[in-house]
Amino acid sequence: MSVSQPLPHDAAHLHVTGTARYVDDIPTPARCLHLAFGLSDVAAGRITAIDLSAVRAAPGVIAVLTDGDLPHDADCSPSAHDEPLLAKGEVHYLGQPLFLVVATSHLAARKAARLGSARIAETAAILSIDDALAADSRFEEGPRTYSKGDAAQAITNAPHQIEGTFEIGGQEHFYLEGQAALALPQEDGDMLVHSSTQHPSEIQHKVAHALGRPMNAVRVETRRMGGGFGGKESQGNALAIACAVAASLTDQPCKMRYDRDDDMMITGKRHDFRITYRAGFDDTGKLMGVEFVQYARCGWAQDLSLPVADRAMLHADNAYNLPAARIESHRLKTNTQSATAYRGFGGPQGVVGIERVIDHVAHHLGADPLEVRKVNFYAAATARAHDTTPYGQDVEDFILHEMTDALVTNSNYHTRRQAVIDWNAVNPVLKKGIALTPVKFGISFTLTHLNQAGALVHVYQDGSVHLNHGGTEMGQGLFQKVAQVAAARFGLPLEAIKITATDTSKVPNTSATAASSGSDLNGMAVKAACDKIRDRMAEFLAKHHQSDASNVTFADGKVCLGDHSYTFAEAAKLSYENRISLSATGFYKTPKVAWDRIKGHGRPFFYFAYGAAVTEVVIDTLTGENRILRTDILHDAGASLNPALDIGQIEGGYVQGAGWLTTEELVWDDKGRLTTHAPSTYKIPACGDRPDVFNVTLWDSENREDTIYRSKAVGEPPFMLGISAFLALSDAVAACGPGYPALDAPATAEQILHTVQKVRDGI
Amino acid sequence: MNIHFLLNGEWVDLSDIPDTQTLLDWLRESRNLNGTKEGCNEGDCGACTVMVSDAQGTKALNACILLMPQLHGKAVRTVEGISGPDGMLHPVQQAMIENHGSQCGFCTPGFVVSMAVAHLNGDSDHDTVLAGNLCRCTGYAPIIRAARSAADQPVPPWMLHDMETLRGDAGAEAAPALPGSSDALAALLLENPDTTLVGGATDVGLWVTKRLQDITPAAFLHRCADLQQIQSTDHEIRIGAAVTLDRLGAAMQDLHPSFADMIRRYGSAQVRSAATIGGNIANGSPIGDGPPALIALGAVLQLRLGDTRRTLPLEDFFIEYGKQDRGRGEFVEFITIPRQTDRLRCYKLSKRFDQDISAVCGCFNITVEDGMVTSARIAFGGMAGTPKRASHVEAALTGQPWTKETIAAAWPAWGLDYTPMSDMRASASYRSETARNMLTRYYLEDLGGSVSVLEVQP
Repeated sequence: MSVSQPLPHDAAHLHVTGTARYVDDIPTPARCLHLAFGLSDVAAGRITAIDLSAVRAAPGVIAVLTDGDLPHDADCSPSAHDEPLLAKGEVHYLGQPLFLVVATSHLAARKAARLGSARIAETAAILSIDDALAADSRFEEGPRTYSKGDAAQAITNAPHQIEGTFEIGGQEHFYLEGQAALALPQEDGDMLVHSSTQHPSEIQHKVAHALGRPMNAVRVETRRMGGGFGGKESQGNALAIACAVAASLTDQPCKMRYDRDDDMMITGKRHDFRITYRAGFDDTGKLMGVEFVQYARCGWAQDLSLPVADRAMLHADNAYNLPAARIESHRLKTNTQSATAYRGFGGPQGVVGIERVIDHVAHHLGADPLEVRKVNFYAAATARAHDTTPYGQDVEDFILHEMTDALVTNSNYHTRRQAVIDWNAVNPVLKKGIALTPVKFGISFTLTHLNQAGALVHVYQDGSVHLNHGGTEMGQGLFQKVAQVAAARFGLPLEAIKITATDTSKVPNTSATAASSGSDLNGMAVKAACDKIRDRMAEFLAKHHQSDASNVTFADGKVCLGDHSYTFAEAAKLSYENRISLSATGFYKTPKVAWDRIKGHGRPFFYFAYGAAVTEVVIDTLTGENRILRTDILHDAGASLNPALDIGQIEGGYVQGAGWLTTEELVWDDKGRLTTHAPSTYKIPACGDRPDVFNVTLWDSENREDTIYRSKAVGEPPFMLGISAFLALSDAVAACGPGYPALDAPATAEQILHTVQKVRDGI
Repeated sequence: MNIHFLLNGEWVDLSDIPDTQTLLDWLRESRNLNGTKEGCNEGDCGACTVMVSDAQGTKALNACILLMPQLHGKAVRTVEGISGPDGMLHPVQQAMIENHGSQCGFCTPGFVVSMAVAHLNGDSDHDTVLAGNLCRCTGYAPIIRAARSAADQPVPPWMLHDMETLRGDAGAEAAPALPGSSDALAALLLENPDTTLVGGATDVGLWVTKRLQDITPAAFLHRCADLQQIQSTDHEIRIGAAVTLDRLGAAMQDLHPSFADMIRRYGSAQVRSAATIGGNIANGSPIGDGPPALIALGAVLQLRLGDTRRTLPLEDFFIEYGKQDRGRGEFVEFITIPRQTDRLRCYKLSKRFDQDISAVCGCFNITVEDGMVTSARIAFGGMAGTPKRASHVEAALTGQPWTKETIAAAWPAWGLDYTPMSDMRASASYRSETARNMLTRYYLEDLGGSVSVLEVQP
């Protein structure tokens, strides 16, 4: 059967030959125009005058548009309708699009866009968390709070207390393919848009709005993205809208792709956070009460910041039972890029907060942090009584006790931890560190209605299958996994399944491919569609042979019923000739979820995905330079649909998570200008940054919940395994002196050296 | 400009190619060769990597900052040409599929080309070969597995055709902006002293793709064979200005291995194969990694204007930020390093270990005889507006016993030599502190201490 096979990515043969087609590779019709935005050079103010004469006079320029030139309201926001395509008088961040250049080439558009001159009456920019708090600049009326019991009292009553503050930087997605869109005008004002997006339905919705047309006038197609990571959930809207509006105005095809620097200056990133914490605990490190205040820097527009900040709160417990907890969340509005979805969607910030607390508790007690983790773990799935999260969901599927034990054994954790201690005793300049961190990640969109998916499957009379669903392919292998499901349902080899581009005219009203939900939702929808066709074929054949449909089998490319055996193609042809419908839609909605985000109570998650990682590092106390030496991971993908693709998500997620917390530093200057807006200054992990020894194993057990073939979602959870690298660095710094290494993130070499000094000084 | 080059095995002759035409844009916009991708348009991500062969061999280069005139007389193979003419996959392509080395696939063509070039050249240092190819999806592990598994496969015959074809080519006449010798270049510059000189275009390329600047008139130096010489005598090593960093690194491997190790971290394989040491010096960057090491080695620069030549110690070439001692029409001809016992250590600090610009680059060349410091040449990048010697520190060390106490006593001298600035790469205080600590590292290393995270095993 095709499910559970470690098959290569469906497009691997296209990737390696350079023939996989991305938006910018689609052959364009004649007279295609190219777009570029002119950007604001200040972070906050009001436009008093804008001179675009030089832009208009530049070679190749066809049109230059400002907000007033747009035929309809053009808004890019996925939530609060607060993101005009082009500034409406007010400027909210440095890099905000002010005008749109339409030109005969990409280069001509870029050159012309530099020639605009806007006079802006600057106002005081709110850039930092402190600025925003001082100005009470925020989304929602005030902080949101989830609580369980009386945390303050529990902390007071506890034998030990700690408190601290932790700054956590944001992260640029750095999808290798920058944002891109292509709009092709159709007859009667309709529009076809090719977009590099995780959310074609949203592109359709926003483009239709900007054109003043119903959604049925717009078709959006997405074959693949060159990486998404959340950065193409909403951030592609502006390009698609710009292309569609310009295409509508000129009646010519229009294409737009951001130059990398523009991409980084314009688009949102992971939210940076400040987390303050207080915790009370007993002599074993068992937490009795924890208080968190999470400050999220959301940027200028609301975008997805509310659910991101919610998810950070929902992961403030990670794997630990907090008897009493209070989590307060501030969603701060600043004059910077509007922070957006990024793999984990706030979860990583929540998780790293509690992992810091555990690490701090262990340091306070002089204990191995692993032991403190274990005493605080939620009760096992097999326990008589389950613990409850701070938001009221019972943790019924907790498997980290046995996973951690297995990982400790496989990674030889205890021996290596002692070896690290011994090594540090005799090495004055270089210090090693080791850490094991777990992850428990909630699977489902917290906006409950998004937990639905649709599929469209056709069987042609030659037995070939056309597969379509609402999920998008950004490299994660979703299309292949779902094709494996379809092949399994029909008992066909994978080659019989044609994977097709996501298309809003085939499957409507889709959710973003996000929240790790792609294969859970679309796999089930495709299964439903395939089963409908299969059941019709079985029913027909049973009738044809005076038998019962339950006797019909689909396996090995054959459809069999008693002594009768057809190839799938013969069965399809026979069904067709007997007027059996061989096309079906499938639909799925996740069961059991119910969540009140205002009360902070309910069951937001269908289930949890688990993992754990051990990382060993070395640091140089003269310079702060550091290296990951070895990483061992054990990760829960349920009954994997495709172990090779799942391991790929885990390896890649870990390295990306480690990058977030180490070398990837976003720097804004005091004017609000992002100074790290290209790979020359913003450093994602390179080849040599991966661990020298990198052992990744899947935890082999079925999902307790009835998911597609009992698999689990795997896109986001492994990202948080990178936290083990961060805490291993913290462990190495701790070897330098008596103080607690309250390392901020990212732990750049400079941050490490700075913290080494503080630890030595006993601060 | 008229140019003549081999593209995926077929000769291409083009006329009226602008100086600023990048290979990447031409491939995608004029040839419909869309396999080569634009990821950053500044030579930092490697998605646009192509294979380029000439008489010196076959290299991987970034097409986004490769200006078309640089290709005259060379052979280019894009990802479309890495597969066989009949569509047969190259072993690295097959291995990438089998090892799940692609996810989103956008970086993959660039990886495939880098891997195929390394495979052709028998280079199995995969971390070094691939440091200039960024992947955001895989975490690199499966790509390395693919590179290892393909290593033993034979080189496919079509990968050898370019060199054979180039050898049989009579060539086409080169445009005047492609001088064939330093004499021709000198004459050209006398006539047009404001000509932009393009060595490897790893810096000038960004003027084009990022500043959107015109560089006309420009002269391209890749045909000046005499500027590409490395000549060694008992007394000195003379390095032509157009020697690329990869060749300089190879030349330093035995003489000054620490310099070679630092050059391994200079940009990426793609950058080192294009960038020239003359460009690294002449652009006057305060954060170029070549000058501090060369200054510490006591290198002497030779400049030429027409037939007039002058020499000066390299450190004197850098006057202040953005200002070098180079007259109109004058060009760097070569740099000379005196032969010496190797005491050089180069320490480069950057946010990311590979392929990153230095926050601080410290180069130390300290001679100790009978426990006494007899000479010290120390130079830094990233600590001032120019590459700069630590004259006060050198003075504080020279003639003193080679001890911890001497190093501590030199502490105040650092402040006299350097007042670095804060930027996105590092703060001023981090720069100052680590610069001082580097001297400690040099001392400890001299005593045989373990001071490199690279040498530590798990």
